[in-house]
Amino acid sequence: MIELTIDNKKVWVEEGTTILKAARNAGVEIPTLCHFELCGMGIESKPGGCRICVVEVEGRRTLAPSCMTEAQHGMVIHTHNTRVLNARTTVLKLIISDHPLDCLVCAKSGQCELQNLAVQFGIRSQPYEGEQSRYRKDTSPSIIRNMDKCIMCRRCEMMCNEVQTVGALAAVNRGFMSVVAPAFEMNLEDSPCTYCGQCVSVCPTGALTEADHTNEVIRALSDPAKTVVVQTAPAVRAALGEEFGLPPGTLVTGKMATALRELGFDYVFDTDFSADLTIMEEGTELLQRLQRHLAGDPDVRLPILTSCCPGWVNFFEHNFPDLLDVPSTAKSPQQMFGAIAKSYFAEKIGVSRKDMIVVSIMPCLAKKYECQRNEFKVDGNPDVDYSISTRELAAFIKQANIDFLNLPDGDFDDPLGESSGAAVIFGNTGGVIEAACRTAYELYTGKTLEKVDFHVLRGMEGIRSATVDFDGLQLNIGIAHGLGNARKLLDEVKAGKSHYHAIEIMACPGGCIGGGGQPFHHGNSEILNKRVAAIYTEDKRKEIRKSHENPSIVRLYGEYLGKPGSHKAHSLLHTEYFPKSNEVWLMSQ
Amino acid sequence: MSQKINIAPEAFEYMEKVTGAGGVEVKVNLPKEKIEKINSICDAFGNDPGELINVLHEAQHAFGYIPAEIQDIVAHNLHMPVSQVYGVVTFYTFFSMTPKGEHPVSVCTGTACYVRGAERVLEEFRKELQLEVGETTPDGRFSLNCLRCVGACGLAPVVLVGEKVYGRVSPDGVKAIIEEYKK
Repeated sequence: MIELTIDNKKVWVEEGTTILKAARNAGVEIPTLCHFELCGMGIESKPGGCRICVVEVEGRRTLAPSCMTEAQHGMVIHTHNTRVLNARTTVLKLIISDHPLDCLVCAKSGQCELQNLAVQFGIRSQPYEGEQSRYRKDTSPSIIRNMDKCIMCRRCEMMCNEVQTVGALAAVNRGFMSVVAPAFEMNLEDSPCTYCGQCVSVCPTGALTEADHTNEVIRALSDPAKTVVVQTAPAVRAALGEEFGLPPGTLVTGKMATALRELGFDYVFDTDFSADLTIMEEGTELLQRLQRHLAGDPDVRLPILTSCCPGWVNFFEHNFPDLLDVPSTAKSPQQMFGAIAKSYFAEKIGVSRKDMIVVSIMPCLAKKYECQRNEFKVDGNPDVDYSISTRELAAFIKQANIDFLNLPDGDFDDPLGESSGAAVIFGNTGGVIEAACRTAYELYTGKTLEKVDFHVLRGMEGIRSATVDFDGLQLNIGIAHGLGNARKLLDEVKAGKSHYHAIEIMACPGGCIGGGGQPFHHGNSEILNKRVAAIYTEDKRKEIRKSHENPSIVRLYGEYLGKPGSHKAHSLLHTEYFPKSNEVWLMSQ
Repeated sequence: MSQKINIAPEAFEYMEKVTGAGGVEVKVNLPKEKIEKINSICDAFGNDPGELINVLHEAQHAFGYIPAEIQDIVAHNLHMPVSQVYGVVTFYTFFSMTPKGEHPVSVCTGTACYVRGAERVLEEFRKELQLEVGETTPDGRFSLNCLRCVGACGLAPVVLVGEKVYGRVSPDGVKAIIEEYKK
């Protein structure tokens, strides 16, 4: 341990600690723009580029960037004397001098870290004149790049390359011209981008934002000819409250249902319902593959990979085009919901497909792209018309002047609103495979599963492995969250070295609760942990905790689909994958 | 703002559809010799991502420029995202994505040369060659670029034509240098 003095306070830290961390440990806040850390998840970006975090170290001629400078024994540091504050103000004004001043109409307004700093520093004028960066706006199905607003903090680059290993974004050009962009400054849509949205979730400004589809939803709601059906993903209920000032981890399932009804949705349903459906189809597929494998069939592909996560689907289509037969063919819950809503449910209420609009509320930006994929359309009509994020829903509720905090709790409508606890945990890393185990165990062994909590499958480590006992059959389960971790497991599969029977993958750190469409966590991983806990609480509260015991699911199969994996189930609930290249001009090997 | 990518005309002479790994149908837009050349450069550096800059140096030397397709192949061979290759290519002025002229003129605008009048020398080259920085003459004879320091600050301002170094260049001397290569 070394001792140093920060703002007249004695501080003891481990050797090698930066001044920034030493100060934060001691409760001294130093503002930062480029530095970003998700503590405990091994995610950190410190390019030392913004120079907002400078501090004065006695005896040093120049100010020191606290994020890059190691604390030394005996250092005497001042974090907010006049010299430091003047320097920060100057740096901030220089950053703002090449930033559009259109805060009033910026998608990030109110949530922008640069704007917050300008408020905090009382910036009232912009004295520096000079050239302004001008880039074309790049609009993709999920993400909008407006690089005029980029401050080169390079957090997105770190997320895209180091955490997700997607490699769509890199810093290009030099000096004033430098910008974060895809190769050859092509459109994001043409790059290997998976639309996971992790770049958006860490962008401090409005440079990277979601493609906002709220207006399309409002238009549909105001059309009397349309029956508008909404589904909400599991992770939304554990985070939406944050946008209204509730502590992280507050469950707002009931208020959310009431708010959606007040917004004018005709039927308020739950993606949890179709998560149960996913388990029926994916679980059956897992058991079928497993039984064939145990019977010695050499053609069967194991492990089976989950396919609920559209960012993950995009990732393997781009990076593992030779492994497209490994993931489950089951559609994601969002798409299963759309397919059932526009067939089974539409027939039930006598509404034609074209008069029904299906909206999804998702913690995710890749869902926007997923619902636009051609294979999820019937005669050009998409199964899910619009997907909006948790943040977009919160903004919509605020726009409608709904007093969210004082709303009474409502319920989801029947029949596509009923769900089990197994469906809720889809929002957490490890949740999908736990839900699958709850059902597959009973189907495989024919016995009742007494303890439904599979604690071995839970946790926040990036890659986890566990063995689950199916009454004598030892099932090896792999779990990864974050695409970089997923890549490691996939490389093993590719090399034929994987010992897993089943692997669950979620693209975002923490799973859907940390999705690119969730309220901004600003690097506070405690928020993610609280969302995870909230999801498990919701599971515990449910009377039914196994997907195959959901009465509405049982009825759906009885009335409409027949058995899991039936011809009808296959045509409505399963999909196929397409190889995509990462190279602009891929060459043959 | 997007960068214009110039692909050499001969790139289109050789075009065929081939089947890549995993049955992906892909196009190869480069002459066979160029693909073999860049593959051999990557191989010489063990296809090591840490050798990216050396690979790009060799590629720049071999082709005179590094078009998008070459970057793609480099990325593929070195198992790294092409966005990162492009990031390095656009960072260093030594690398070019447009074909350089037969006689590439580089004016050093590093600190020492700048102080001793490199700007006026550059201006003179622009006038004489009727080129903007980064451009190549229509006949492909000359191209004009700036660079930062060749380590000969004692000779400032410095101009390079190909690999030949000219020291203490004055604006008046520019014409004579160009004449040397016009023959």
